[in-house]
Formats: sequence, C-alpha cells, structure tokens
Amino acid sequence: MLVEVFHRTEYRYAEPAHYTIQSLRLTPSSTGTQQIRDWFVDTGHPGPLPAFVDSFGNLTHTFTQRGPHDSVRIVARGRVWTEDNGGVLRNTPEPFPLPGYLRPTALTTPTPALQELARAHDKGPGKEVETLHGLMNAIRAAIAYRTGETDARTTAADALARGSGVCQDHAHVFATACRLLGLPARYVSGYLIASDDPHATHTAAHAWAEAHVPEIGWIGFDVSNGVCPGEGYVRLAVGLDYREAAPIRGIQRGGTGEDLTVEVRVAAAASQQ
Amino acid sequence: MLSRTANNLYWLARYMERLENLARLLEVSERLSLLPDQTGEENANWQLALIVSGAPPAPIPADAPDRHAQLLHYLVADPANPSSLLASLDQARRNGRAVRISLTTEMWESLNTTYLGFESRWKASRRDHNLRPFLDWIRERSAHFYGALEGTMVRDEAYCFARIGTFLERADNTARLLDVKYHVLLPGKEGVGSWIDYFQWTHVLRAVSALGSYHYFYRENPRPWKIAELLILREEMPRSLLFCVHQVQLLLDRLAAELDGARACHRAAGKLFSRLRYSSAGEIIQDGLHEWLLDFLADNNDLAARITRDYLL
Amino acid sequence: MNSPDAEDPGPSGPFFEEMHASDGSVRKPYDQLAAWLEHTPLEELRRKQHEAEALFRRIGITFAVYTEGGDPEKLIPFDIIPRLLSASEWSFLERGLAQRTRALNAFLADVYHGQEILRAGHLPAELVLANDAYRPEMQGVDLPGGIYSHISGLDLVRTGESDFYVLEDNCRTPSGVSYMLEDREVSMRLFPDLLANHRVRPVEYYPDELLRTLRETAPPGASADPVVVVLTPGIYNSAYYEHSFLADKMGAELVEGQDLFVENNQVFMRTTTGPRKVDVIYRRVDDDFLDPLVFDPDSLLGVPGLLNAYRAGQVSLANAVGSGLADDKAIYSYVPDMIRFYLAEEPLLANVPTWRCGEADNLAYVRDHLHELVVKEVHGSGGYGMLIGPRSTRAEQEAYAARIAAAPHQFIAQPTLALSACPTLVEEGIAPRHVDFRPFVLSSGKETRIVPGGLCRVALRKGSLVVNSSQGGGTKDTWVLEPPAPPPPDDA
Repeated sequence: MLVEVFHRTEYRYAEPAHYTIQSLRLTPSSTGTQQIRDWFVDTGHPGPLPAFVDSFGNLTHTFTQRGPHDSVRIVARGRVWTEDNGGVLRNTPEPFPLPGYLRPTALTTPTPALQELARAHDKGPGKEVETLHGLMNAIRAAIAYRTGETDARTTAADALARGSGVCQDHAHVFATACRLLGLPARYVSGYLIASDDPHATHTAAHAWAEAHVPEIGWIGFDVSNGVCPGEGYVRLAVGLDYREAAPIRGIQRGGTGEDLTVEVRVAAAASQQ
Repeated sequence: MLSRTANNLYWLARYMERLENLARLLEVSERLSLLPDQTGEENANWQLALIVSGAPPAPIPADAPDRHAQLLHYLVADPANPSSLLASLDQARRNGRAVRISLTTEMWESLNTTYLGFESRWKASRRDHNLRPFLDWIRERSAHFYGALEGTMVRDEAYCFARIGTFLERADNTARLLDVKYHVLLPGKEGVGSWIDYFQWTHVLRAVSALGSYHYFYRENPRPWKIAELLILREEMPRSLLFCVHQVQLLLDRLAAELDGARACHRAAGKLFSRLRYSSAGEIIQDGLHEWLLDFLADNNDLAARITRDYLL
Repeated sequence: MNSPDAEDPGPSGPFFEEMHASDGSVRKPYDQLAAWLEHTPLEELRRKQHEAEALFRRIGITFAVYTEGGDPEKLIPFDIIPRLLSASEWSFLERGLAQRTRALNAFLADVYHGQEILRAGHLPAELVLANDAYRPEMQGVDLPGGIYSHISGLDLVRTGESDFYVLEDNCRTPSGVSYMLEDREVSMRLFPDLLANHRVRPVEYYPDELLRTLRETAPPGASADPVVVVLTPGIYNSAYYEHSFLADKMGAELVEGQDLFVENNQVFMRTTTGPRKVDVIYRRVDDDFLDPLVFDPDSLLGVPGLLNAYRAGQVSLANAVGSGLADDKAIYSYVPDMIRFYLAEEPLLANVPTWRCGEADNLAYVRDHLHELVVKEVHGSGGYGMLIGPRSTRAEQEAYAARIAAAPHQFIAQPTLALSACPTLVEEGIAPRHVDFRPFVLSSGKETRIVPGGLCRVALRKGSLVVNSSQGGGTKDTWVLEPPAPPPPDDA
C-alpha cells in the first residue's frame, strides 16, 4: 500500500523565543517492509539541516533558530510503500546491539507490579509469540486509552498504576514487561492510517512497541489497537523509550505563552502504484 | 572575552555605584530629617531615598511607633528590599565572585572586606543610634574599591565594561535625584523659594558632592535652574549627565578600537551625547525638566539595553 | 618491615615503610632525605610547615575565597616531607600505567562499537549493557583517535618493595592534578637545595601536555589551531579552583554551560566579539548535566544540542561521554582480562583481588569474611559508603550485610591491604603514615603522556588507611628521581 503522510507541528509564542533547538527524528528509513518513495522535512531553515545517524539507526536532524522568533513550524511529508508481514520486520538497520534492548530506562524502570504483569503472561521458552500476544491484550485491558491524563514524563509504572494512558504509555509498559522476561524490546514512533476517511486529521503521531523473538526477529505490537502493525503503519524512529524515539525533542529559551498545534494526516495514496 | 564575564564586571560596577549613591542619599535624608518638621508627615524625608533607590513600598504600618527606625532598616539591610544597601553589596559581590579571576587581588579583597564588615558596622550604628559613621564607612569603602580598580586593573576590555557600568548607573542616579526633588518633593505650603525649598536643593547638591562646586561656579545661593545646569550639562562635574554619557561614549570608542569595530550601541551613545552637548538649561527648564528627565532616563536605559545586547549576551 | 607500635590499630600485620627497609637500613632513594631529616631540628621542620601553610594560603587564596567567608581551613593539609620514587620504580609504573590506560580505552571503544569482549564471553554483557554508566547514545559513535579517557587518574597503592596495585581507575573526570602542581610549587620554595640535589624530574609542564593532548583530540573539521575550553559547573563546585587553575595555565577560556550554544551542530561560545567556534571541550561536568536535550529535559544546566554536535563529529569532549563505565568497580575486576584480550600482554600492574558479590559463591565468601574485607559499592567513590571489615563493629557488619543482600551486584569486596607508609610530620614528630598515589595519564590516540608525579594522598591519622581529603587525608609532593647520572664522557 502506498501511504501518504503529512505531519505538521507548530509552536507559537506570545512573547518571542530567542533561541530554539530541536532534535528531529522525522525521517523514516527503508526496511524489508517499508520503502520510502519520497520524504521531506521542512522547517523553513535555508539549506539542508545538519544531521547524524543515532545509535539506533535513526536519521536525526538538528534544527536551531537564533534571534527573536514567535513561531516554529516543522512539516514532514512524504509517501511510503508498505507491505503486510504480520508485524514481523525484515532488513531493518540494526546498529544497536541486541542485548542492549534489555536495558531499563527512566521511563521503563521495573516495579513489582510490572514484574507481576510480566510473570503472569510468561508462557516460557519457545512460546514467546504467545506470551507477547497475551501481554498485549492484558496491557490493553489494564490501561484504558484516554488522552490528557498522562504526558511525556509518565513512566510505565505510573501508567500501569493509573490504569489509563495513551499509545506511548502502552508501548512503555509492553517494552518493560518484555525486558523483564528477557526479551529485547523497544519503543517505536510512527504513523498509522487510523480511519478510512482520507481527510481525517489527528493531533499526534502514533507509537507502539517491538519485541525480539529468537528465530523470528523483531515483531511489532500496537497495544493501543491490539494488533501487530500491518501495511497501514509507517515506522519513523526507534529507541529504548519515548525520549530516544520522539519525532521532535526541543528546548527553547525565552518564548512564553507557548501554543502547540499538531496536525497529522495519514492515508492510502489516491493513485496506487 | 566571554560575554558572561563582561556582563558580571558591568553589573559589579553598577551595583557598587548604586551602593554609594544610596549611601549618599541616606546621608541627605538624615540631614533633612534633622530639620524642624515642616510637612506634618514625620518621615517624609526618607521618601527621597525610597523613591530614588526604586525600592518597593515599605511594608511598614504608617502608625508603627518606631517607623523611622524600621524605614531606615528597610533601606539599609532588609532582605525584603532588593534596592537596599545590603542587597546592592551582595549583588556586587556575587558578580565579583563569578569573575574572581578577572579581578585584581586588591579589587576582590576590597569588595570582600566591605561585605564581611557590613553587618557588624550596621549593628554598631543601630546600637549607637548614629547613622553617620556607618554611611561614612560605606562611602570610604566605595572610594577604596574605585581606588583599587583604577590603580590596579589592566586597561583592557574588562576595564571598559566595568567603567561603562559605573557611568550608566551614575547618570541614572543623578537624573532620578533631580527629578525627585523637582517633581516629587514639591515644596509644601511654604512654596518655591521658601527656606525649606532652599534646604532641599542644598541637600541635593550635597548628595552628589557638588555643593562646593556650585558655589565655585555660580557664586550665589542655589537656584533650581543653575543646579539643573550644573548636574546635567557641566562637563567638569563628575556626576553630571553630560560627563557620564561622555565617559560611556569614550569607553565604547575604546572597545570598538580594541575589539571589532562599532556596533549599534555606539550610535545610540553618540546621539545621546550630542543631545546633551547641544542643550541649554534654559531650553530644558522651559520644556519642562520633569519630562526632559523622563526622556533622558528612557534613553539612558535604552543605551544600557543596547550595550547589553551588543556585548553582554 | 617495621611494625606499627603496639596501640596502633593499623592494618592487621606489618606494612611496608618506604624510607626504611625491614632491617632498619635506609632504602636507596631515601638516602639523602633520611640524612637531611636526621640533621634538621624538628623546630626547623615545623617552621617550614608553617611557611608552607602560609604559602598555600597565598597561592591558594583563590581557593580560600570561593568557600563562603574565605575560611582558609578549607585548604587540604599539605605534608612537607616528600615521597620519593626512584627512576626505576617510576619507569616500571609508567609502563604499567600506559598499558592499563591503553587497555581501558580499547575496552571503551570496543564496548561502544563491536563489543568483541562481550561476544568472546570475557565479561558478562549485562555488567556493561545494564550499567548506569553505560550510555546507549554513545553506541556506534566514532571518536578522534578512538580515545574515550583522555585524562585518566589511576589510584595506586604499594604493599612491598615491588608490589604495586591499582586500587581503582578514574576515567570519568579525575581531579587532583592541581595538588600535584601546587605541592611542587611549594616544595620548590621551601627546599630549593634539597630538590636540586635530588635531581627531581619536573611536573610543571603538565598543563602544556594537557593542552597538547586536547588539541590532538580535536575533530577532523577543526581549524589548524583548535579552540579548547574548560567547561565547569561553576563557582560552587568543590573543584572549581582546579578548573580555573588549569584553564588559566592552558590559556583556555573557563566556560559554564550558559556561555555555550549550538547552532547547526556546531558549538560556539558567547564572547564580547560575537560567537566563537569551539573545537574541544575539557569538561569537568558529569554526563547527566551536559545536554538537557538528551539526558534530562527538565535541567536548566548544560548546553542543549551539545550531544548532537558531538555525535555529528563537530566537537570533541574530554573525557568522552560514557567513559565512566570503566570506573565501575565490578568492571575493574576484569581489567587484567582486558589487557590480555586487547593487547595480548600480561598486566604489569596488579589488580587487588576482588570478590564480585553479584556472583553466588563470591557472595557467600564475602558474607563469611566481612570482618577481614573491605567492601565497596561498585559506583561509589571518595571512600564513602564502604565497610572496612577489621575496623568495624559486629553491628556495622550486620547492617552492611543486609545492604549487600538487598542488591549484591552493587558491591565488591577486597582484602584489607597493608598500604605502604612514608615519613610524615605529625604531632609526635616524624612518623610513618599510609599513602596512596594517583598519577595522571594523558591519551590523545597519537601519543600517551605521563608527567612524572601525581597526587599523593596521606592518611594523617595514625593507623588510618583512609586517604580521602573528605575524610581527614592530606597531600604530599611526590619526587620522581632522575636516573643516576652517567659517568662523565671520557673524551680527550
């Protein structure tokens, strides 16, 4: 399926900011199940943005603006050819050592409750896929999808205790549980065709998790939707948690009264190829 | 040099100048308070210091029995007053500490000695109910610091930034002092030209150590427009507006020569200097001294902001 | 070996005295010093001691004023009697230090790239990958010269004529080098003749060597004359004096986070002549406070975007982010394996035998022998949070055992070493006190430089083995002697 993505993020300030710096992980890479046809990141910055490839293989741009400015506008758009492989990934760039994905982070620190959750669904060696599906369903049941209750600082433990959260929280809890069972796991940010309406607009990008199963490799699990990602999904960036895979991470100096608008449109391209 | 270092030196000098100016004001206020009460408002004379120093309103009830002592403490050492003597000294020391390696040992020791001696001096002053020795000490310490600065500091950009701070602060203070006397401390029922008016003007001159100079230049009793001329336009007077702005301009020229040429703030300094240079006291009084001073204060602040933007951020 | 006197609770058993051999004779490097000490009246030494303190207050005046109220007692005590190392002792140490530092850098480069040592099973992957000091964002980052620890401080102790042990490796941000330099400065003023007669190798060129090392580590895109700065947390940091001292001696700007900013993945400092590009940052700020964009989004400290510039190869940091991994005391126990693995050499400097409490049989041994072991936290430093078995009470041991049981992999244990002792001027006169030694190794990838000297810490309390300045330790100047002069050339 050819997926068309439009992702606009706009910050406006009542009092101008005098310095803004952002890490943009807004460029998907081609893998065995997704192929980038065309992709642009536009910040209004003249010339190409400086970039590097981070430890997890994400192309990361640095956007800086000095001098007074009352808005920052970032648009990522492009077309990606996707294939359904039952959530199993092929030929992903893997610069980060596999055992490193067992490492807990500030947002995915284990607690007894998380340990309990993981243990309760452990089906043992050879049955990892079953275990992971069980975990996905259990987390989906335990944490109701509700926006506005958690934020970028919410930990997996907090979200589980609270019983509500968004895709980010689902992915954190899932990844934490996998790591507790000795299965390497990671956070994925990306896009999803969430509706049949090609003009439907969302106010956030999507997030899910991936776990690594011996003999099979990396498998995606979208806890919020209870499915393994198919051809409606575009993988943008991966990391141990949200902080490392967030599409945009920034800091500004000055600039009060921030007003943030995010517009995401993801749809099957009108002319299939 | 690092902008932060320049900024710290600039503020160190501004706060030291502020310290001295407030000490001078307090001395005048005290002298005025020794006069027979003329307004019916017992502590009116401390208002001069409160207003000129820009202190927030003192949280002291009007009917407090020891209001005088409380007001004085508020002006000298109350942590709730960011414009107190102690607050200025503390800020000066903080800025000095942050750039300790850019100061000479003499400068640092002078500053630190003042800081360490402040509390006991102030306590003694309260115990003895004698403000003057304390204020004298502050002025001596300030003179000591400038002596150390002038006598030991290498004449490089660090020196220029410190001195620019001194003169911007001094100009601001002189202008405010004039404005407060002229506009706020209006003569009471006795009116312009009364003896109380005369004393107030005399003390304004004292506050900027200019009473003797006034007599030297004018050889007559203090008259408001003459005083305005002396404190605004006479280049010989080290606390006059013209003198201060001229110094800032010269220091900026030196920076331009030493660093990388003139910046936007140089033009602003040049403009302000020419305006003062080609003004006459008659015109200023005729157009309204209060309005003129408000304009000057705004321009002086704008110059400070431009210097900050061009060099210190 | 001389025994400590009867009431000395000191190390269980005898210890090595550096001035006197066990038969009471004077050891060779101390010939002159021993004679001098013998002929110099105690009052004269005390006078010198006072003179030294006055000098320190004067030289270190900047240090004193940074402590609130200018309290000169904050100066770390200096013992005027130097510690001597012979030319051959030093040349052995020098080779051992260079070898160990090379292996540590190779280890860090490997861990942040191919992880061959983990694949080969020489040390458990979890010890590295789950370690707090391991930085995932450094994985795969190529650094100039492949160097992570540009400035390494290795803590050495001695227990016998030729028995030197490495007690710990400091690859994060080792401090203390300013004492090496200032102690020497004071010695030169106190004992010019003694120093000259001893033919002591100089140390005062350390800042030049440091600057050379830092410049060699500049990123490939830097100009031929790279700009080096020293990044300090600020005047409230306890090592601020050292930061300003080194910046001053190198002629580098001493900057705080707020003085730097990133634009287009390049780092600039704000100066009165406008932004100036920075190529190398000698940072004395912990990883966690370097870049709020990566490490702590709520921190106001640090330089947002610094890590982006770093990972894009536009600026060098010394030491590298993530180099603290090598300081972990459990990883320490594998350093001899690293030397064999990366260099195919046998370690010259010995490790102190170490029990890793994370391993079941080790844990059992440690539990049963707490009274004779020193137990440390793997991330601890500064002598805090450790248990010195022979000095502890039953109750202390039990409390500590409970802490170990709660998180065994956080602890290691070592035998109590009988640290060597050097003559020290104390209340009773001249008496042996236990010492350790931290030389500094500079690595740029092009060259390894070791200035002959280091920070020598001395436990001033009788019998004490704790040399940390935070716990009553002082410092000594360390004199590394020139080799004996060759006979004059026999030319006609």
